[in-house]
Amino acid sequence: MSKYELDNNSIKQNYFRDIAAAARKGSRLSFSVIKDGNGDDKMSETSNKRKEYKQNSNKDFDDDNDDLTRETMLGEVMYHLKKDKKAMTGGVVVILFVLIAIFAPLIAPYDPYFVDMGKMFTKPSSEYLLGTDFIGRDILSRMIYGARISLIIGLVPTIISLVIGTVLGMTAGYIGGKVDYLIMRLADICMSFPSILLAMVVMYTLGSSLFNIFIALSIVGWGGTARIIRSQTLALKEKEFVEAAVAMGVKKSTLMWRHIFPNTIPSLAVLFTLNVPGAIMSEASLSFLGVGAQPPTPSWGLMISRGKEYLFSAPWVAIMPGIAIFIVVIAFNFIGDGLRDALDPYTRN
Amino acid sequence: MNYIIRRVLGTIPIILGISLLLFFMLNIVPGNPVELMMGEHVNYETIERISERMNLNDPIIVRFGKYIIDLLHGDFGYSYKLKREVSTLIWQAFPNTLILAVAGSLVSWGIGLPAGIISAVKKNSVTDYFVMTFALIGISMPVFWSALIFQYIFGLKLNLLPIQGLDGLNIKYIILPAIVLGWSSAASVARLTRSSLLEVMTSDYIRTAREKGLLKWQVVLRHALKNSMLPVITVMAIQVASLLSGAVITETIFGIPGVGRIAVGAIQTRDMPLLQGSVMFTTVLIVFGNLVADILYGFIDPRIKYD
Repeated sequence: MSKYELDNNSIKQNYFRDIAAAARKGSRLSFSVIKDGNGDDKMSETSNKRKEYKQNSNKDFDDDNDDLTRETMLGEVMYHLKKDKKAMTGGVVVILFVLIAIFAPLIAPYDPYFVDMGKMFTKPSSEYLLGTDFIGRDILSRMIYGARISLIIGLVPTIISLVIGTVLGMTAGYIGGKVDYLIMRLADICMSFPSILLAMVVMYTLGSSLFNIFIALSIVGWGGTARIIRSQTLALKEKEFVEAAVAMGVKKSTLMWRHIFPNTIPSLAVLFTLNVPGAIMSEASLSFLGVGAQPPTPSWGLMISRGKEYLFSAPWVAIMPGIAIFIVVIAFNFIGDGLRDALDPYTRN
Repeated sequence: MNYIIRRVLGTIPIILGISLLLFFMLNIVPGNPVELMMGEHVNYETIERISERMNLNDPIIVRFGKYIIDLLHGDFGYSYKLKREVSTLIWQAFPNTLILAVAGSLVSWGIGLPAGIISAVKKNSVTDYFVMTFALIGISMPVFWSALIFQYIFGLKLNLLPIQGLDGLNIKYIILPAIVLGWSSAASVARLTRSSLLEVMTSDYIRTAREKGLLKWQVVLRHALKNSMLPVITVMAIQVASLLSGAVITETIFGIPGVGRIAVGAIQTRDMPLLQGSVMFTTVLIVFGNLVADILYGFIDPRIKYD
């Protein structure tokens, strides 16, 4: 990411905290106009929150204020997401994808590993909806099982790299000095490698297998997160509520966890939804290049790789799994875009 | 000047760090790398001889030192699989990668910039919606998959373009890989240009220009564009990097003998010096790309120099 965007991020962050409170009034008005069930739910949720706030307002002021802004922020975001058709479509697709992955054995019409040489290269038909591959395996079933691989590859390394990035970024931003310099140079180094090349090197060292892709992708992706979280931590450090907490003698670790971390959640949410498709794509690319999942694993990238040999005689073998990758990735991108817009008052319509 | 010098000096620890990381990652592979490289049918003397030449009998720190000194002399090592100097192999392949990256960048900027500007000017119109959807599709399509589809349509069905290899600067061979490579970066350039331009359009001086009675197009092209280009230029420079590495896949599919293909081949044949050399080469190139971007940035936006 560019310096400009990073600086900009922190500005937006500050801006957003101020605007979140102001916008509450506006959004409450809009809720009352909406007549469907959703609107009513939201209404009661908001008024409940207000009640809670009143009840708690004589307790520790700083904490509740923080909490309230956060919860209204979530309300705000959900409100804008619900209006965003693309994001909602993306959400539905992602839920479907997750369900397919979980219930793969129940949905898949055939055994994904079952070889039937008599039926190789069957065209898509009512018997084999998406056709069969070069050794007669049902492509649809393999794609359904492939969803499991993509889902896990999308989630686990992304979460691990987000955790690493957040911890290092917050530490760098909060402690500063030499620690900051060291961590950020390490991030620079990791980010200088094209992620696919770095992942390839890791795969060379560890050997090509699906499990090693987890490790490769977890190590590769943390740099960007660390940078963004660091710049946010720097901005948040100057905030009054952090100063107040420092003045009250709150421990450093508590401060980072309770006061700074919650304010980085919106960015992390955006990063998460945008990194998941990245990870899915990386796994597919690595497997496509032959340094990822190994046959007969039904990985989408591997299926395309194996199918490309028969592109001209049996195009469906390579094309079908690509459609799956495309749909899942675009769905996550829809959500990510929607989430970013919802969190960013500038680009909101 | 001061800024440039500081920035240039700043790349030294980065490059050192990269070579360190790369070196240790490739050298912690369990077992003798020569044995892994040469397979089972190799006699003991050969292993000894190659180990000696690769300094494998020295402690790892010494080896790293020797490696760095060799690198500074432009010596990337020796590929025992291909029986050639790694640097020779890389310099032979590099022009192909460069042609591809330049062509990809042309596609990316030539399509991405105008598309982003049009989209921003006609915000929320059908055109905007169309361009942005197209951009999102570009970002979401796996490169290797769109490559296959292009090959299928233009190579087989329409029989218009060759789908394998590269023939110098013969444009026929370049078109498909360039589009495949440039499309997704065109998409991100378009998206960034749009959002950056929209943000600038909300500023006061734009409102003033508009109220002076200037046409929207004049305001966009003369006033807003310059300022909105700052993040876009950085990303475009960084993209040259991603184009160079994205070329790994494009080169493999289109059978173009470039640096990326060397790296993939080196992994498959477990040719460690070649892998190390090609990855190091690409990464250093990228670091320099980022350096140029930063220096450019300093020229375009003098405020940067004072931070």
